Amino acid sequence: MPQEKKAFLVDLDKEPPSRREARPAQAQKSERTVSSSRRGFLKDAGSLGIASLMGAAALLTNSDDAQAKTEWAEWFQSNYRLMTDEEKAQAKARLEKRYSSEYGKPVTVDTTPAKEGVLFGYALNIQKCIGCRRCVKACVQENNQSRGDKQEIEWIRVLKMEKGAFTPEKMKRGYPDPDGIQVGGNAYGAAGATLEGEHYYQPEQVPEKDAFYMPIACMQCEKPPCVKVCPVRTTYREADGIVVIDYNWCIGCRLCMNACPYWARRFNWSEPNLPKEEMNPKTHYMGNRPRMRGVVEKCTFCVQRTRQGRYPACVEVCPVGARKFGNLLDPNSEVSRILEGKRVFRLRAELNTYPKFFYFMD
Amino acid sequence: MDKPIRFVVDYVSYVVRGSPKFYAWMACLAVLIVAWVYAFFVQATEGLAVTGLNNQVSDGLYLGNFAFLVGVAAAAVTVVFPAYVYHHKALHDVAVLGEMVAIAAVIMANLFVLSHLGRPDRAWHMAPFVGLINFPSAMLPLDAMVLVGYLLLNLVCGFYFLYTKYTGGRMNHSWYVPLVYVSIVWALSIHTVTAFLFNTMPARPFWHIGMLPIQFIATAFAAGPSLIIVIFLIIRGNTKLAIADEAINLLSTIVTFCLGIALFLFMSEVVTELYHPTEHSLGLQYLMFGVHGLSPLVPWFWTALAANIVAFVMLLIPRVRKDYRLLPVACVLIFAGIWVQKGSGLLVPGYIPSPIGEYSNYLPTTLEVLVALGNWAIGFFILTILAKGAIGILLGEVKYASEPWLVISNDAPPYRTSFEPTAMQPWARSSDPGARVDVGAGARRGSRARRQGRVAVG
Repeated sequence: MPQEKKAFLVDLDKEPPSRREARPAQAQKSERTVSSSRRGFLKDAGSLGIASLMGAAALLTNSDDAQAKTEWAEWFQSNYRLMTDEEKAQAKARLEKRYSSEYGKPVTVDTTPAKEGVLFGYALNIQKCIGCRRCVKACVQENNQSRGDKQEIEWIRVLKMEKGAFTPEKMKRGYPDPDGIQVGGNAYGAAGATLEGEHYYQPEQVPEKDAFYMPIACMQCEKPPCVKVCPVRTTYREADGIVVIDYNWCIGCRLCMNACPYWARRFNWSEPNLPKEEMNPKTHYMGNRPRMRGVVEKCTFCVQRTRQGRYPACVEVCPVGARKFGNLLDPNSEVSRILEGKRVFRLRAELNTYPKFFYFMD
Repeated sequence: MDKPIRFVVDYVSYVVRGSPKFYAWMACLAVLIVAWVYAFFVQATEGLAVTGLNNQVSDGLYLGNFAFLVGVAAAAVTVVFPAYVYHHKALHDVAVLGEMVAIAAVIMANLFVLSHLGRPDRAWHMAPFVGLINFPSAMLPLDAMVLVGYLLLNLVCGFYFLYTKYTGGRMNHSWYVPLVYVSIVWALSIHTVTAFLFNTMPARPFWHIGMLPIQFIATAFAAGPSLIIVIFLIIRGNTKLAIADEAINLLSTIVTFCLGIALFLFMSEVVTELYHPTEHSLGLQYLMFGVHGLSPLVPWFWTALAANIVAFVMLLIPRVRKDYRLLPVACVLIFAGIWVQKGSGLLVPGYIPSPIGEYSNYLPTTLEVLVALGNWAIGFFILTILAKGAIGILLGEVKYASEPWLVISNDAPPYRTSFEPTAMQPWARSSDPGARVDVGAGARRGSRARRQGRVAVG
């Protein structure tokens, strides 16, 4: 089973109050919802039996017929881009109804399209990143990824880079030839940013002395290789530059995972595990709505937030302000100013994917 | 409408009757198919989590078998090409059997594509007109389309040939021969597109090499004819159809040449990649030597390479190549060796290390193996039916007659139709009369012609 182990140095719940402001509004909100529902649970423990009976009755009266109809309708629905506005509205209503009953709370499925004059871009300061992985955790909460031991999906991975260890002891090793050592003993050790890092690190404390960190996620390429190989056009680039997936059209062939040079895509090998109380009910059709078994998913720049003028969850949660986000077409946006004033680079630029995810240093 | 219906009835009634050996073989395959039904059901309901695949190694046994089987399908051209372009008599007589192998192999390849999908229920999204295909950018729908086209071409060519043979009519060469030529070019295209499916992804440097298509075709034309040779020898040993030595000898020559080319191409790859090994050659290093002590594929790789080299040396010696007891040994070595090289040996190192340098293990689960075995079993089940029917028609045992009880075979086929109770040792030369051995009257039990007291003029 695919498992991605993770360790958080600082649990969000145990954070000092002074940090609370820096945390994303969404995360606080969802937490409040959780705690209130827990209180409600305790208070109403007595009526639980009745409630569950009512629930069962409601399910029975809803009847399998309606559910079967929904399933059929979903199965026959077309690729999102081919749907008429009416069909899109129907699909949205269908999903909202199904999710609301599945997760026991009102769920909205946003279908806001891309705005004109917007091209989203992202910049990450690798000098500032401390490798705390709060972004990873916030992303999971925000975007309804599968969690738990059976199937854990994280869209962001933080790579721990080695600073390199050059030692005098290694000087005598290597491949000698009569005129000297032609392959130095200090070869074969990693040093610097190589995109090949340990991403299961379990530190006592971050940042660690002998390392620096480079978080990766979907680079939202301007020329995305995943889109090119998709046999059914289920993953595509939206007008605002976000590469999205129509989960209902994906056939699960995983070619996009093969084509992605950044290992940004994840597959739902089994039915995703998304606990009701942890589910984020504010969803987008192309983004964080609950996924099904057998489809691929990845970072969408939090399309449900950014199209409403908010920051992605990872940007809001970052305690050191390493993450910046904005409109690349707006010269005054944070990301544009970074591109203008800082030394930036893209990952794997030699592959001509033209990511809109930049790295920079102060 | 009488003739086509009678064709189907006669074909089916011929195919369902057979020797105990035939029933035993089909029963074995049926057991595997039942296991496949179970395994495929579990996979379709639980998800691909029941396989050994993961986010790092996201394809393995299924796509590996797919790549290999497309090669086997394309290799039918090694029979059809000499038969129709060079008018090779011996191969022309049995060219239809090559087409039958192609049909079964394409069906298996498509089954493997279906098995590897996360949502096989949505496979129709890839169908033209009904779904939405990413044409011409994406390689998978292109590959699926050329595969289905190849399947149709072979069905049409193969069964038109059999049907005319059955009715005793004349072939309409004005469209049949052009269609055969199309299918020859088409065969090369299916395997080229399959190679493009893998080697067009710069994110996977192990696959991203320009010579992958020619490597695919060279290995296909070694493994495919190897299978066909074994099938031909089995047919010679178990049926009355006498496949001429010249057919088998030409195929073994093709195998020798193509295996040599494949080995040379692989040697070029090894030198290019490993002279100054870069990060892009880590996959090859993982396959050949293991990296950081991780070496699950190393024994597979060296065994397969040894098998291919041993078989190549064997085939280089004409006396061994023409010894039909040793030839199948070499063929099985090649088939197995290339299956490893082109299956897991191609797929898994493409994923290891992952784009962010991660090494992870992949081991197929029992369920995954059952699905794969079942796909093979379905293919061989179909192949047995197709080949048996074709042999019956080639022998003239299945033949149209306005009054079926009055069958007169009016043409002298090139096959042995004598009713002497003899059979050929499968490894014997067809020109060697001493090689005929008496196998008793039992060998011909089940022959419809004999039960009806028909005698062919031969």
